[in-house]
Amino acid sequence: MKSFGFAAGVAATFMTLSSTSAFAVTQISWWHAMTGANAEVVDKISKDFNASQSDYELVPVFKGTYPETLNAGIAAYRAGQAPDIIQVFDVGTGVMMAAEGAIKPAADVLTSAGMTFDKSQYLPGIVGYYSKPDGTMLSFPYNSSSPILYYNKDIFKKAGLDVDSPPKTWNEVWEDAKKIKASGAAACGYTSTWLTWIHLENFAAWNDVSWATQQNGLAGGDVELKINAPIFVNHFQALADLAKDGTFKYGGRTSEAKQIFLAGECGIMTESSGGLGDIVKSGMNYGIGQLPYDSDAKGAPQNTTPGGASLWVFADKSDEEYKGVAAFFAYLSKTEVQEYLHQKSGYLPVTLAAYEATKKSGFYDKNVGRETPILQMTGKTPTDNSKGVRLPNLPQVRDIQNEEFEKMLAGQQTAQQALDNAVTRGNAAIKEALGN
Amino acid sequence: MVPPASSPRSGSVTPRVVFPNKVLPYLLVAPQLAITLVFFYWPAGQAFYQSMLRQDPFGLRTKFVWFANFRKVLADPAYLNSIKVTVVFSLATAIVAMCVALLLAVMAEKVVRGKGLYRTLLIWPYAVAPAIAGMLWLFLFNPSIGSLAYMLRSFGIAWDPLLNGTHAMILLVSAAAWKQISYNFLFFVAGLQAVPKALIEAAAMDGAGETKRFWTIIFPLLAPTTFFLLVVNTVYALFDTFGIVHAVTGGGPGKTTETLVYKVYNDGFVNLILGDSAAQSVILMVIVISLTAIQFRYVERKVHYG
Repeated sequence: MKSFGFAAGVAATFMTLSSTSAFAVTQISWWHAMTGANAEVVDKISKDFNASQSDYELVPVFKGTYPETLNAGIAAYRAGQAPDIIQVFDVGTGVMMAAEGAIKPAADVLTSAGMTFDKSQYLPGIVGYYSKPDGTMLSFPYNSSSPILYYNKDIFKKAGLDVDSPPKTWNEVWEDAKKIKASGAAACGYTSTWLTWIHLENFAAWNDVSWATQQNGLAGGDVELKINAPIFVNHFQALADLAKDGTFKYGGRTSEAKQIFLAGECGIMTESSGGLGDIVKSGMNYGIGQLPYDSDAKGAPQNTTPGGASLWVFADKSDEEYKGVAAFFAYLSKTEVQEYLHQKSGYLPVTLAAYEATKKSGFYDKNVGRETPILQMTGKTPTDNSKGVRLPNLPQVRDIQNEEFEKMLAGQQTAQQALDNAVTRGNAAIKEALGN
Repeated sequence: MVPPASSPRSGSVTPRVVFPNKVLPYLLVAPQLAITLVFFYWPAGQAFYQSMLRQDPFGLRTKFVWFANFRKVLADPAYLNSIKVTVVFSLATAIVAMCVALLLAVMAEKVVRGKGLYRTLLIWPYAVAPAIAGMLWLFLFNPSIGSLAYMLRSFGIAWDPLLNGTHAMILLVSAAAWKQISYNFLFFVAGLQAVPKALIEAAAMDGAGETKRFWTIIFPLLAPTTFFLLVVNTVYALFDTFGIVHAVTGGGPGKTTETLVYKVYNDGFVNLILGDSAAQSVILMVIVISLTAIQFRYVERKVHYG
């Protein structure tokens, strides 16, 4: 009985506390997946937003990795306990888009709060990715990144390569990698994180070739993968051949390869621009180049597609909460907030004004290479091949691709077989997911 | 599960306890029943219901499909592959963990000085969480930075668990077995102490060598312990190794280390196919119930309890 009394007391105290705070301000919950320096950015932005006005209180809650955060959001929605805002990674975008009744489009949140949403002020490549085919913006871009090339200048020097000219095409990468290996400057020439994101999704966009039908799935409907076209096969066969003698070294399915590069084992790496922080911190004498393209592709280089994450708003919340969310999104779009986010975290700015302001401040002159991912993404108007990719089950399709790549790199199958299998299995999985 | 350190059959010898009050016994077991209901029957029931649904992740559209998910899962080559992987993994883990533990226990028995210290050190790894054990082994065998991987390479072995499925499986079994050795060791030590010294001495006087004494006296008398550990180790390898698989290989390379439990997680929480995942967990539940039943019904009969 004693413990029951105690529990009741705790419950009563909790209820009084929460009701008093609800009386004063409307709480807006924000579930996110940011760690380290990026988590500090979340906390600072929330604190500053709360200090800037007195009607709403933004409460950021760390929910684990990207997939864990998405799962927590889904479970919470099913239990009727969804937060107001949830940060969902690029790969989960299709999952959220398919859940039309569960979310409220970010554009609607802003307009129903009486705010105007001027699309032209945002980086087109990023906003386009988070919009429906009819142009309605569904989620608010928070942290966007793009794959770039990193190289170790010390290893380049040892191998007799020009430290100021990173390889521009994939063929040049292969050549430089072979030289690095042959000269003994490093144990391996080239490594890459995220083979699916960099060597399939961005490879297709950057070389202006189709990754899948229906504008890579953006137009919806029955989507079929196109990744066994000759240009992909040649690319992956080159990788598989280089893997045989260790000129190319596989690190893992996500960003594990960064450790190999940081350890000085490989001379060249392709990785997300968001990975820059760790490389700066390591004190390595590094250089940055743009993502290599295929010299056989006519339109290359086209533009890269955004990775990273965006903020989604759940449906069935009160008007007060939506007003709070809108106020936060408006705050987040402010130039000084975006400037801070971009310079501190290494993610791309979302508004053109923030980009211009950063440029004017001389930040890019002092931090060479930090502009590369923005130029890659905004250099050309996106085509049907380069607006991004979207599937209701992209995590599963990427898993399938990774499995086939691993078999290929282990020498059990050719690139043609690997990509054919990835297409067959991937298409079957997409059909399954659409049938739900 | 209660270990048969003292004979579990002794219950049948002692007279039955009779409560004068009719309600009290039910009250006494009520908390345990409540826990079982809330933490086993309820979720199991939900899993069973979910396994007959096709649903999108958010639960916005639901279709009742009877046993279609089971048919789909059982026809999936990836699922059959994961059964194979699980059998190999569980058997290897149980055998390695038990053999090494038995060897260590027999050796530790022979130590005269510092027996306590040896035992404590050998029991230690059991306190390590599975995911941490996995990370530990992952670091040791990491192709780039692992010290053991470096040694293997210097012996001319192209160690690469990232791409070589066999290497990945060896790594996984090592990590899983290492963690379980301590537990098995503890029970084998207890079992060894229960072996009557007089029997061993008599055999020694009759001229039986050490090996002969072990196989003809000690090993048969350890049978109840061995049997108990066999059940525990199999269940451990089947269910409690999720953390290790998740930390070490994530089911890769390809699908060479995707165990049944890992596939349930991957299909449910990564691929968000809840119906398939629920069907798999129901199948898993059936497997474990029948496995335990078979072991206690048939294998136990052959075990001679001392």
